[in-house]
Amino acid sequence: MFRGGRLTNAELNEAARHYDGPYRPYDIVKEVSVATGVVMLIAVILTILFSSPDLPPSTIASWSRSMPTDFVTTALSELDGTSETATYGPPYNHESGSVQQLAFIHLQQWLGVSHPVNAEYDLIIAPLRTIPDAPALQAAVTTYVHAPAKTQAAWTNAYSNALGKATEKQGGAVTVPAGSYGPVGPMMSSLLALAESGGLDGDLLSSKQFYQTDYTKPLLFLEDGSALDDRATYQHLQGTQWGMMNETGSYPGQVWLWLYTFWYQVQIGGLSTSPNVDAIVMAIMGVLSAAFILVPFLPGIRSIPRRIPVYKLIWRDWYSATGAPSKPPRTGDDAPALPSLRPTET
Amino acid sequence: MSSWTVRVREFGLRNLPPERLLPDSQPAYMASAIYLFGALTIGALVTIIASGTILALKGPAWWHVQSIGHFFNSIHLWSVELFFFFMVIHLWGKFWMAAWRGGRARVWMTGAVAFVIAIPTAFTGYVSQQNFDSQWIATQGKDGMNSLGVGSFFNVLNVGQMYSYHIFLFPVLVIGIVSLHILLVRRHGIVPPIPLADSVADAAAK
Repeated sequence: MFRGGRLTNAELNEAARHYDGPYRPYDIVKEVSVATGVVMLIAVILTILFSSPDLPPSTIASWSRSMPTDFVTTALSELDGTSETATYGPPYNHESGSVQQLAFIHLQQWLGVSHPVNAEYDLIIAPLRTIPDAPALQAAVTTYVHAPAKTQAAWTNAYSNALGKATEKQGGAVTVPAGSYGPVGPMMSSLLALAESGGLDGDLLSSKQFYQTDYTKPLLFLEDGSALDDRATYQHLQGTQWGMMNETGSYPGQVWLWLYTFWYQVQIGGLSTSPNVDAIVMAIMGVLSAAFILVPFLPGIRSIPRRIPVYKLIWRDWYSATGAPSKPPRTGDDAPALPSLRPTET
Repeated sequence: MSSWTVRVREFGLRNLPPERLLPDSQPAYMASAIYLFGALTIGALVTIIASGTILALKGPAWWHVQSIGHFFNSIHLWSVELFFFFMVIHLWGKFWMAAWRGGRARVWMTGAVAFVIAIPTAFTGYVSQQNFDSQWIATQGKDGMNSLGVGSFFNVLNVGQMYSYHIFLFPVLVIGIVSLHILLVRRHGIVPPIPLADSVADAAAK
């Protein structure tokens, strides 16, 4: 029923239930087979032309050899509890440095600590304890562990300040001016040597079982330093460079993540700098994804296709063949009849 | 009263008789290039599964150490890019057709869900690569997951868990929802054109 204007959504909906017009021959198996063949051919051609990127992973060994001072600075922040990992919060520990929330919804806290990481012990003390035949080092570690927190802080603070005046030798030691660092000096130099030898990569993967696929600890440690960050900047992968939707080199990446990444570029309302930016972006994308799925039921959105008639382009041959476009406009009771319909139900 | 097995068979035949499941004809209005992109998306999915199966057979490290492995990894990567490219065009085409008309809302919804599920499917593949790209994506992506508590059971820094999701759990979901989508398309048929009466009446109203 026309009301002197557009068809209502209900009328459009009803009109699309049945079709009683002409048919043309069609082979669905042939269509899918040809399409698959074409896609495979395109994929092979793209493979031959462009291959695929595979930059070797960063390791703690490569990081500590190329940036020894940065490695020691990061290790010290794990030891004194100031690194991002040490202060992160759930699911790694009970701190709150990276805990996010949505208004009164604290999902990150509510789900709790499921992958416990004690930065001081797991990333520094435990690996140092694995170094054999080093009684002086083990004594230093024991001294540190049993020292009062205030004393530990004095040692690490002094060593942290000294790192600002450190000299380094790539692949070698970091030298700091003499000072009151207690056992921290030998601990850091031993850890650096362990890291440069590749031993720390293995130590951080070790668990109570032989096989291991969980890289949580070494990746968190690496992320706290500058090695990954510098490579990411060079490979235009930073958040401010549209981050994860990019790929290393000049390859197309996860382009479909553009809308996720978009929100991290938004300065309005301080979104991109909000301490809850990840939670907000995930929530926005959750709502938008739900809206995308529910388009048929969203007033306004579901009417866009008939208000912006791209469909006239899509079905132009059909409209031309049925002669509809050449007919003069009419309204009301004189409106043209809908296409002849027949039920498709059987 | 027939048994449930008979009722299931009758339900299937009633809703998807062979002539509808594998038709030998289509409505004459189905004559635009946009209709190719659904089949191309399926073709890309088949290519993804085929190349992914070969990669899975040889194990996660194979493509780093043998050129033939790298070749199949490249095919896997490019077919994923093509899959999303074709699917996005297919979805836009269906949007402008208002293809949910005539009781086809579930057809649209299953297609949209397929797109939404395909995103974490690809994501788990990227973090399973065991190279610098996967290190960076994992360390950055973890904050998004952790911020909503998802990280407590979906640890993007655990390559074993991500690999399991990528080669089994998510593919089952994608293949399942795409299969349902295709069956619904066959069940309801291709949506007819929007009646030009709509635009004719609209023009006259101006």
